[in-house]
Amino acid sequence: MLKTLEPSPEVVEKETHYREMGLSDEEYQLIKDILGRRPNFTETGIFSVMWSEHCSYKTSKPLLSRFPTDGPQVIQGPGEGAGIVDIGDGQAVAFKIESHNHPSAVEPYQGAATGVGGIIRDIFSMGARPIASLNSLRFGPLTTGRVKYLFEEVVHGIAGYGNCVGVPTVGGEIQFDPCYEGNPLVNAMSVGLIDQKDIQKGIAKGEGNTVLYVGSKTGRDGIHGATFASEDLSEDSESKRSNVQVGDPFMEKLLIEACLEAIHSDALVGMQDMGAAGLTSSASEMASKAGMGMEMNLDLIPQREENMTAYEMMLSESQERMLLVVEKGREQEIVDIFKKYSLDAVNVGHVTSDNQFRLLHNGEVVCDIPVDNLAEDAPVYHKPSKVPDYYKTFQAMPNYEPVVQDTNEMLSRLLQQPTIASKEYVYDQYDSMVQANTVFAPGSDAAVIRIRDYDKSIAITTDCNSRYIYLDPEVGGKIAVAEACRNIVATGAKPLALTDGLNFGNPDKPEVFWQMEKSVDGMSQASLALDAPVISGNVSLYNESNQQAIYPTPVVGMVGLHRSTEDITPSTFRQTGDVIIQIGDTKPEFGGSELQFLLEGDYFGKAPSIDLEVEKRRQAQLLESIQSGLVQSAHDLSEGGLAVGLAESLFTEGQLGAYVQLEGDPTSLLFSESQSRFVVSVKPDDVEAFLEKNEDARVIGRVTNDAMLTVELNQERAIDQSVKELEKQWKGAIPCLVNSKG
Amino acid sequence: MRFAVVVFPGSNCDRDMYHAAKDALGEEATLVWYQEESLAGYDAILIPGGFSYGDYLRCGAMASTSPIVRSLREEAENGTPILGVCNGFQILLEAGLLPGALLRNKQLKFLCHYETLIVQNNQTQFTSLYEENEAIQIPIAHGEGNYYCDDETLQQLKRNNQIVFTYQNNPNGSVSDIAGIINEQGNVLGMMPHPERATESILGSEDGLKLFKSMLVNWRDQYAKNA
Amino acid sequence: MINVNVHITLKEGVLDPEGKAIEGSLHNLGYEGIEDVRVGKLINLTFDNSDRIEEKVEEICRKLLANPVIENYTYTIEDGVAK
Repeated sequence: MLKTLEPSPEVVEKETHYREMGLSDEEYQLIKDILGRRPNFTETGIFSVMWSEHCSYKTSKPLLSRFPTDGPQVIQGPGEGAGIVDIGDGQAVAFKIESHNHPSAVEPYQGAATGVGGIIRDIFSMGARPIASLNSLRFGPLTTGRVKYLFEEVVHGIAGYGNCVGVPTVGGEIQFDPCYEGNPLVNAMSVGLIDQKDIQKGIAKGEGNTVLYVGSKTGRDGIHGATFASEDLSEDSESKRSNVQVGDPFMEKLLIEACLEAIHSDALVGMQDMGAAGLTSSASEMASKAGMGMEMNLDLIPQREENMTAYEMMLSESQERMLLVVEKGREQEIVDIFKKYSLDAVNVGHVTSDNQFRLLHNGEVVCDIPVDNLAEDAPVYHKPSKVPDYYKTFQAMPNYEPVVQDTNEMLSRLLQQPTIASKEYVYDQYDSMVQANTVFAPGSDAAVIRIRDYDKSIAITTDCNSRYIYLDPEVGGKIAVAEACRNIVATGAKPLALTDGLNFGNPDKPEVFWQMEKSVDGMSQASLALDAPVISGNVSLYNESNQQAIYPTPVVGMVGLHRSTEDITPSTFRQTGDVIIQIGDTKPEFGGSELQFLLEGDYFGKAPSIDLEVEKRRQAQLLESIQSGLVQSAHDLSEGGLAVGLAESLFTEGQLGAYVQLEGDPTSLLFSESQSRFVVSVKPDDVEAFLEKNEDARVIGRVTNDAMLTVELNQERAIDQSVKELEKQWKGAIPCLVNSKG
Repeated sequence: MRFAVVVFPGSNCDRDMYHAAKDALGEEATLVWYQEESLAGYDAILIPGGFSYGDYLRCGAMASTSPIVRSLREEAENGTPILGVCNGFQILLEAGLLPGALLRNKQLKFLCHYETLIVQNNQTQFTSLYEENEAIQIPIAHGEGNYYCDDETLQQLKRNNQIVFTYQNNPNGSVSDIAGIINEQGNVLGMMPHPERATESILGSEDGLKLFKSMLVNWRDQYAKNA
Repeated sequence: MINVNVHITLKEGVLDPEGKAIEGSLHNLGYEGIEDVRVGKLINLTFDNSDRIEEKVEEICRKLLANPVIENYTYTIEDGVAK
C-alpha cells in the first residue's frame, strides 16, 4: 500500500510549503503563535483554506461592515448560510447569491452546475425549500470560439443542474463586455421559502451531541478550490482541471427532500452544507458559532477513493454533502429519515466543550487547533487605496453628447446588442415553471413567484451595470441598487432586502481596492435610502486574466413582496387606447451607455447621475399608484434608453403598437440612459389620478393597434418601425452570434 | 375521486401534480412513495415529471424497474386511468405500457416554454371536455421529448386513433408531431407537455385543467353506472 | 474478477442528433471523409465469478441497460486477472 509522504512540520516551515497553500509568512507566524508550535501539514492546509479570502473575507471585511444590515423585516442578517426576511403570515424568505467564477472559467459546465448546487444547499441548510434560482452572468463579446464555448456550457451547466433538481430558474441577467473575455462571471442566486418556526442554524450546540455526515462520499475533487478561487487566473489554470468538482443534481434533490424532512425533528440541533473548504469550514464554523469544540474521527468519513490523507479529506470540495449535529442518543431518528431516500448518515464525531477542533486519523491526532482562532481570527487587512488615473481623466472630460442621424437604424442596432437583445435562447433552456408558482418567467423586469395558499407573491431580480461602476464606482454602486429596486417596484412589489455578489479584480492593487471601497459606499447609501438592507452575500476577488481586471461588478440580488397578487404588474403594454406615460426627466447622459459603445467601441466619461431622494420619491409614488390599481404596465428604463424601453414594452402577443410624441434633443430623448425613469401605461380614465400621484410623470403617447412603433420628435418622424420586425431582430441577435462561425 | 401521485427518487413535479388534483380540481390526492408495494384502491394514478434517478442511463429506465411499477401494470390492466407526464411518460414507455421511445430533442437542448397543442382525439376519458382539434396552451419542459416509433407502430397508433395530442409547431422533432398518446384500451395516457402547470390563470393558462376535469367527469359517469 | 464491457448503440434508422452535431463539428475542423458519426454508451461491469455469466449479461442488457425500441447492444467478457 502506498503511503503518501507528507512534509513534517519542520519541512513545511523550512521549505515554505505554506506559501503554496496561499498563506503569507506573517500568517504562518501568526499560526505558530496561536498553536505555540509549528502546525503540521494538515493543520497548515486547514488554516490556509479557512483564512483564504473566500472563507474569511480578510480583505473585504472592513468594507462589508459599512453595509446597512438591519430593518424590521430582517430576521437573519449576514453570517449564516443565507439571509432571511419576513414576508408575513409567519413565513419568511431566505436568499443569497454566490460566485463560481474561477471554476466556471476552467470547466464551464461543471463550474456553473456546482455553483447552482452550492447556493441551493445554502438555502435548504437553513431549513427553507428552494423556490427559485437566478443567475447573473458576464462574458466577453460573443465573437470568439472560446467565449461562445464558455457561454453555451455555462448555460448548459445551469440548465443541467437546475432543471434536474426541480427548482425553477426564473431570472437573472447577462452582459457581454470585453473585460470579461478571460474571466467570465457566474453568480448564482437561490431563494427559499420557510415557516419562521422552522429556521435552522448551522451550529454545533450541546456537549456530547453527535456529528453526522450526510450525502455524497468524499473524493479528491476540488482540493484547494477555496484558495484556487482566490488566485489570479493564468494560462496554467488549464492544467488545474482536476481541481473542479463534479455535481450530482440527483443526489442534491434527495438531500433537499431528506434535509427538509429532518428539520421537523427536534432531534436535529444544527445543519450546514459543506461548501468551499468542505468539511473544514462546515465543522469549524458550526463549533465556533456555538462556542463549542468538535472532535471527528476521519476514519469514519465515507470515502470514494482509497488511501485518502487527512489533508485531502479536510480540504476536499466534493459536492452534495451536509454536516448535521444531532442530539446524542437520537441519531437513529435522523438516520432513518435519510435512509428513506437511500442516503447514508454516518456518525463521524461529537461536540466537545474544550473549544478545540480535533481530528483523529488512523489512531493519531492529526489536527488540534483552537476553533475560534481558526474560524474567527483570520487576520484582517486594510489595503491601501488609490484613485485610479483613468477615473481622474474621465471626470475631467467634457460631457459626451453624440448625435444620431438615423434614429430608426440606431434602434435596430441597439436591440441587437447582445446585452439588450432577448435572452430567450438562454432561458428557454431553463425549466422556469417547475413547482407551478411562476407568474413572471425570465424576460420580465423581475421574476414573480406566487406564494401558494396566500394572496401574495414575491418579485426577484439581479442587477448590476458594471460599466457605470467602472466609470464611477460610487455612483454606479448607487445605480446598481436603485435599478434592482426599480425592477422590483415595476412589478408592483416593495423591495425587502438584497444580497450582494461582489466581483472585483486583485485587491492588492490600490486602484482596485479603491473601486471596491467606492462601490460599497455607493451601494450602502442606496440600500439605506431605499430601505433594502444587505442580508447576505459573497466576495470574489482576483478576477483578472493576464493582469487585466474585470470591471468592478458588485451584483445586486433583490427580493420584494407584493401585498396581494392583484398588484402584480407586467412590463409590457396591455391594451389599445391606454395612455403611455414617462416618469422622470431625460438628460444628455451617455457615459457607459450602449450607444456610446456602439459609436465609440469603448466606455468613457461620467456615469449617469443619480439622486437617491428623487429615486425614492418616484419609486414610492409609482408603487402607490400600482397598489391603487391605476397602472396597466410598468417598465424601468435602462440600457438603450426610452426607444429600447418602448420597443420592449411592445414585445408581447398581439398587434399592439405605440404612438409617442416628444419635444427636445432627439438623441437624448431616445437613447440617453438617465436614471430613475419608468415608462408606464395607464387606462385613459386613470390618467388624471396617476399624474396627480406621480409628480415627475408626463403623458408621451398612447398604445395603438397597428403593430407599429412610431415616435414623432419635434413634429418629425424619428422612429417608424414594425414591432414584429423589431422583435425579430431583438430575438434573433444572440442565436445568430452563437451560430455564426468563428 | 382519489388520485395517487407516484413519487420516485428524483421526481420533481410530484407536488405540482398533487396541487393540480387537490387544489385546482378539488379532489383527494395522495403522494405515494415508490417503495410502496401497491397502488390498489385509487381511482386514478398520476406519474409526475422530473428526473427520476437523475435521468441516468435513460430517462425513466430505472424507475420502470421499481416494485411499484408491478402494481402499476396491474392497475393498467384493471382499467384504472393512468396519466404519465414528461418523465412520467418516459417511465410508461420504458415499462412497456405505451409503445415507442423518447429521444433527445433534435436541437440537443432542454426546452421550456408554452406550446400550442391540438387535441386530436377528444373521445378519451382524459380529453372528453375538449373540442376536437381544439388548440390549447400547455407548457413543455424537457430535454428528451422527441417521440420515436417505427413505421409499423406509427400506422397502428394512427389506425387506432391513439394519438391524443400533437404540437402545432413541432418543437423537438417528434414523429408526426406527437405530443401525447394513449394505449389501445384507452386508460393509459402519456404526454410530454405539462397540463398540471396550466391549471390556474395566474400561471398563464387554465387549458390543462380540462384534462383533469375530463378524468373527474368520466369517473363520475362510471361510478354512477356501477352504482 | 471478470470484466464485462457492454456497448450500447442506437439502432440504424434512429436519428442521432448528438452524432450529427459531432459530425458537423468535425467537418468544421477540416476533417474530410467522415460520413457518419454515431454516439453510443460503454458500460463496464465487474463480476466476481463467471457463473452463468453470459446468460446474466444478456438478461441485464435486455431488462435495463438497453432499450430494445431504439438501441442495440453488444458485449465482451474478459477475465481481468490475467492482464
